[in-house]
Amino acid sequence: MQYLPNLFFALALIAGMGFFLMNIRKVSRNIKLGKDVNRTDKKPERLKNMIMIALGQSKMIKRPLSGFLHIIVYVGFIIINIEVLEIIIDGLFGTHRIFQVPLGNEIYGFLIGTFEVLATLVFVAVVIFWLRRNVSNIKRFLSKEMKGWPKNDGNNILYFEMVLMSLFLIMNATDTPFQQAGIGNVVSQFISPLFDGFSLEVIHTIERSAWWFHILGILVFLNYLFYSKHLHILLAFPNTYFANLNLKGQFTNLESVTTEVKLMMDPDADPYAAPPEGAEDTVPEKFGASDVADLNWVQLLNAYTCTECGRCTSVCPANLTGKELSPRKIMMDTRDRLEEVGRNIDLNKGTFVDDGKQLLNDYISPEELWACTSCNACVEECPVNIDPLSIIMDMRRYLVMEESAAPQELNMMMTNIENNGAPWQYNQQDRLNWADEE
Amino acid sequence: MADMMAQGKEPEVLFWVGAAGSYDDRAKKISRAFVKILHQANVDFAVLGTEESSTGDAAKRAGNEFLFQMQAMMNIEVLNGYEVKKIVTCDPHSFNTLKNEYPSLGGKYEVFHHTQFIQNLISEGRLKIDDTTLKGKRVTFHDPCYLGRGNDVYESPRDLINRLGVNLTEMKRNKSSALCCGAGGAQMFKDAEKGDKEINILRTEDALETKPHIIATGCPYCNTMMTDGIKFKEKEAEVQVKDIAELIAEANNL
Repeated sequence: MQYLPNLFFALALIAGMGFFLMNIRKVSRNIKLGKDVNRTDKKPERLKNMIMIALGQSKMIKRPLSGFLHIIVYVGFIIINIEVLEIIIDGLFGTHRIFQVPLGNEIYGFLIGTFEVLATLVFVAVVIFWLRRNVSNIKRFLSKEMKGWPKNDGNNILYFEMVLMSLFLIMNATDTPFQQAGIGNVVSQFISPLFDGFSLEVIHTIERSAWWFHILGILVFLNYLFYSKHLHILLAFPNTYFANLNLKGQFTNLESVTTEVKLMMDPDADPYAAPPEGAEDTVPEKFGASDVADLNWVQLLNAYTCTECGRCTSVCPANLTGKELSPRKIMMDTRDRLEEVGRNIDLNKGTFVDDGKQLLNDYISPEELWACTSCNACVEECPVNIDPLSIIMDMRRYLVMEESAAPQELNMMMTNIENNGAPWQYNQQDRLNWADEE
Repeated sequence: MADMMAQGKEPEVLFWVGAAGSYDDRAKKISRAFVKILHQANVDFAVLGTEESSTGDAAKRAGNEFLFQMQAMMNIEVLNGYEVKKIVTCDPHSFNTLKNEYPSLGGKYEVFHHTQFIQNLISEGRLKIDDTTLKGKRVTFHDPCYLGRGNDVYESPRDLINRLGVNLTEMKRNKSSALCCGAGGAQMFKDAEKGDKEINILRTEDALETKPHIIATGCPYCNTMMTDGIKFKEKEAEVQVKDIAELIAEANNL
């Protein structure tokens, strides 16, 4: 009977980690539904970006207040997790503060003291985050796409963190021998007097409960990631590593188009030539994207990485002037559709069965796509190098090349380019007239 | 270019005028101002004239990759035929497309935005900017998206403006956080989607906050958008919208 808690702990740990790994596999499978794109070049530069931007948070601090608060939560999260290691060992082997003796009171006290200070700072930062989301009128948290689940999701994460930090401090405050030893209880010594009137037994029960709820809470939170926007704490790293390294002005040249254009412009090409051997059955490649599987895997990784902070939308010229377009919504829609496709695959034993829906129209409207000025402000602003513009461009390509569904004025512009080599209706022979006018 | 080729001469640089610079009445003035600067610096340049065609940038940003690549390959055939090595243009869209999107289609050139090219002329000692003509004017610079964020060129235009002897005052959104004028991504050629404001008006308000005498631009499309914004705000009497090339031509009394 005395091993029952250890056994229960081991089972909870296995269940928590197992479920988490299963879900991560699903995320990974969904991302791989995207088309191939080679992002294995320039490894040193990629590594540097990951270290600077994901680990070093270099783009977060462009907005000093939220950037600073985020760094507190981020550093706190990583460092306090060292304590989780001790909790896991204690839980599995029925020990109590296993690191205290080998590390010695001085070092152990210093570590726990640091954790307590960080936990307090995280708690304060998270409360400020909550106030920013729910009390201050910060426009990017009030957008249309942030109603309902996205708003609750954001708050849930903050509540989780508040509760976990409180449990950690309460656990220390009610650990009587730890308080009596007086090492590292820099914050909890002020919480401890709250329990003065309680019997030792009650205090011990509170300590045990806090300990259990703390570790179980961490396991639940770990699995909550998969259902929330919070996956960025993991995916920010691969996302910054695999991000586009070219100049932002450079858009991809579609290779499938190059082949066709070359064929068209080749005077020796035989328009009636039979397709090459074995090519009869291949479906010609679709131009652009109308659904998530037409996007590349980095774009899908982008979608899972997005934590809906809305910095992109807050700098988007179209959004700032009241247009439907919101780069954040483009990313959220891409992720939601990808999730839907993933669930479809799960239900149908590994294959996608057409559900009559797609990313275009069912999630993202042409009106949103046509409002983009391709100014790259959203790409520049994203703290983890997400590229909403590339998705917008791929969907425009589909609209124009597969559906001929450009706005009428753009069709006129394109006809002019085809006929006169200029977007306006001028005669090509007048191209040099400017030089002689005054 | 054809004439030069016929005479067996190889120009130092090809001036890519662009559709706006060739046909748009406002942008033509920018082309002429830039040519005056090239003449003053004794630059031996050529233009393609009637052989120049749209780079295809607008078609590409509108999603028509076919039309873009057709235009690109046609232009590349002409440019390679004349063995062009160096290109300068006043249009950041042409600059970006020629520099970044033509190479993989077979067009590899050294491409300069005119502010970069003029900066080089100055550092080579071939051109001087008179810093007395415009002295004391308050100037703000609007970053074109495809020069700034698109290609990380922020300093060349600012360096030239500082050489004019004017007071350069930055807008609250500048350089990498600059707000678009609203013309890019083929928006120039269509009405905006439904909203509560035009983008160029918002950007003009940014500029007006700096109380400028002159809004300097480095792109013919930005120029149009800002000029329209100033007209909308009825500030034409107080505020001018000028390309940096025009300001230099004016400073040097060209």
